[in-house]
Amino acid sequence: MRSVLSPSALLPPRSGLTRGHQAWRDGAFRATLTACGVSVILLVAAVLVQLIAAAMPAIRQFGPSFLWTVRWDPVHSVFGALTYAYGTLASSLVALILAVPVSLGVAIYLAEIAPAGVSTVLSFVVELLASIPSVILGLWGIFVMAPWLRNAVEPALSRTLGWLPLFSGPPYGIGLLAGGMILAIMLVPIVSSVSREVLKTVPVTQREAAYAIGATRWEVIHRAVLPYGRTGIIGAVILGLGRTLGETMAVTMVIGNRPQISPSLFQPAYTIAAALANEFSEATTDIYVSALIELAMVLFVITLIVNAIARWLVWRLAPRGVVSA
Amino acid sequence: MEISNTLFSRALIDAAARAIPLEQVVADQIRAVQINAYYGRTHAVRGVSLGFAANRITAVIGPSGCGKSTLLRCLNRMHELVPGARVEGRVLLDGEDIYAPDVDPVAVRRRVGMVFQRANPFPTMSIYDNVAAGLRLNGVHDRRVLDDVVERSLRQAALWDEVKDVLGRSGASLSGGQQQRWCIARALAVQPEVLLMDEPASALDPASTLKIEELARTLRDNLTIVLVTHNMQQAARVSDSTAFMLSGELVEFRPTTELFTRPKDQRTEDYITGRFG
Repeated sequence: MRSVLSPSALLPPRSGLTRGHQAWRDGAFRATLTACGVSVILLVAAVLVQLIAAAMPAIRQFGPSFLWTVRWDPVHSVFGALTYAYGTLASSLVALILAVPVSLGVAIYLAEIAPAGVSTVLSFVVELLASIPSVILGLWGIFVMAPWLRNAVEPALSRTLGWLPLFSGPPYGIGLLAGGMILAIMLVPIVSSVSREVLKTVPVTQREAAYAIGATRWEVIHRAVLPYGRTGIIGAVILGLGRTLGETMAVTMVIGNRPQISPSLFQPAYTIAAALANEFSEATTDIYVSALIELAMVLFVITLIVNAIARWLVWRLAPRGVVSA
Repeated sequence: MEISNTLFSRALIDAAARAIPLEQVVADQIRAVQINAYYGRTHAVRGVSLGFAANRITAVIGPSGCGKSTLLRCLNRMHELVPGARVEGRVLLDGEDIYAPDVDPVAVRRRVGMVFQRANPFPTMSIYDNVAAGLRLNGVHDRRVLDDVVERSLRQAALWDEVKDVLGRSGASLSGGQQQRWCIARALAVQPEVLLMDEPASALDPASTLKIEELARTLRDNLTIVLVTHNMQQAARVSDSTAFMLSGELVEFRPTTELFTRPKDQRTEDYITGRFG
C-alpha cells in the first residue's frame, strides 16, 4: 500500500540538493539583465565624453565666460550662451506658470469630481493631446495662436498691464509668450495625466479621515488629498519640465529665434534646442560647430540641475514613516 | 419643536412596536430606524433599528461581512461616499433625522466623529496640526483657542504626556497605538456628541489594545460611543450593551453581560461560543 505522503507518480522524481543542470539558465538570465543595466550607464558616459571632446576647442577658447557672454556672432567667431540659456529657462518658466494650475485643475476634476464615464473619455482626450506631433502644434502656433496673440491677447495685456516691463513693447505675436504658450499646451497633458494617477493613489483612508472631522469635498481635496500627493505632483511637473527644456520644433516655430534678453514677453527670444536645430546646417567653421556643441552641454547641465532640484524636493516633502494603508 | 415632537413620537411608536422600554428611547443619543444600506446591488444592512444610549458604550459584533461596519458608517453619513452606495431609513441624532433632505452631511460629521481601523493621520501635518485640523475646518484660527483644545484633546486621548514636547514634529516616530490615540484626539477636538469606532484596535498589539479600551471607558463620561469589533472579548470588556449582527440583520441587542451569559437567540449563542464566525 502507498503511503499518503509518497510523491505522486505524475510529478518528476524528487531531485537532490546539489545545483541542478539548469543552474546555468539563472546565470545567463542574470548576466543578460546586468548587461542591459550597464549599457544605460555606458551610453550616458559615451554621450558625455563625446560632447566634452567635441566642445573642447570652444571651451579652450572662451573659457567659463561662455556662460555669461551675451554676444553670439558667427561672423567674428565670438560665442556666448547666455541669451540661449535665458530663452530656454524663460520659455519653460512661462509654460509652467500657465500650465501647472490648469493641469492641476484637470487632474483634480478627473480623479475626484468627474463621473467615471466622463473621466474615462476625458482622460483619453487629454492623452490624445500629448500625442500630437510637435511640428503640428508649431504650425497651429504660427497660423492660429500667434495672430490671436498679436491681435487680441497682447494688445489687451499691454493696455491693462502695460506699465509692467513684462508686457511692454509692440505686440509681435511671435515671441517668448508664444513659445511659452506652445510649451504649456504640451505640458498640460503630461502633468495632468501623471497628477491624476498620483491623486488616484491617495488612500481612501486619508479622504475618510478628512470627511470624518467634517470636511467638505473641497476641503478634503485641499487639506488631505493634495498634500498627500504633493511629491508625486512635483514629480509630474518636473517630468513635464524635462520635456519643455529640450523641446525643439514647436518652440523654434513660434519663439522668433532672435538671441536677445528682453524683459518683455512680447519680444522674440531663442532657446538652446532651437538654436542647435537651426544652426548646425550653417555652422561652417570648426569653432562654430564646437560652440554649438558646448551649447548642447549647457542644456544637458541645465536639465541635470533641474532634475537634481526635483529629486531634492521630492525627498524633502515625502510623507515618511506614518502608518497609513 | 413641533418637528422634533413628531420625530420623538415616531421613535415612541417604533419603540412600542419593538417593545423597547420608554426610558431607553429617551436616553438614546443616536438611533437608527429601519436602516437598509446597499453597495450597488448588495444589500449589506437589512432593516436594522437600534438605539445607542447617551454616555454609554454600545458594541456591535458579528462575523466579517455581517454589515456592522456599514451600519456604523450610516450613522455619520460616510456610507454614501462610496460610489454606488445608498441608504434607506432614518437616523435620529438627538431626535433629528440626519437623512432629512435639508441636512448637510458635513454638519452631521462634525457632531458624529469617527475613528478607523488603521490610524490615518495626515502625514504632511505635524502632531499639533493633525489635532487642530478639524477646528481649522470650522474656522477656528485663534492660536490660544487652538492650543487649548489641542492640549485638552490630547489629554483626553491619554497621549499628551508622550507628545507634549514634540507637538511641532511629524508623528512618524509614534507607535501604532500612539498613532491611533492621536487620531482619537483629532476626532475629539471638534467635540462630537457621538464617537464611532470602527475596529479601532484590530491592527494593534494587546498592550495598545488595552490602552484604547481604557480610553474608551473614560471617554464615555462625555460621549456616546459606538464600537464595532470582531473581538468578542473586547466587546465584553468594554461595552455596556452589545448588538449582534448576522448577514445584515440585527439578531440580538441587550446589555452586554446578559448577551454574553444568557443569549436568547440560538445564533447568538452559536457565535459567542465560537461555533462559527
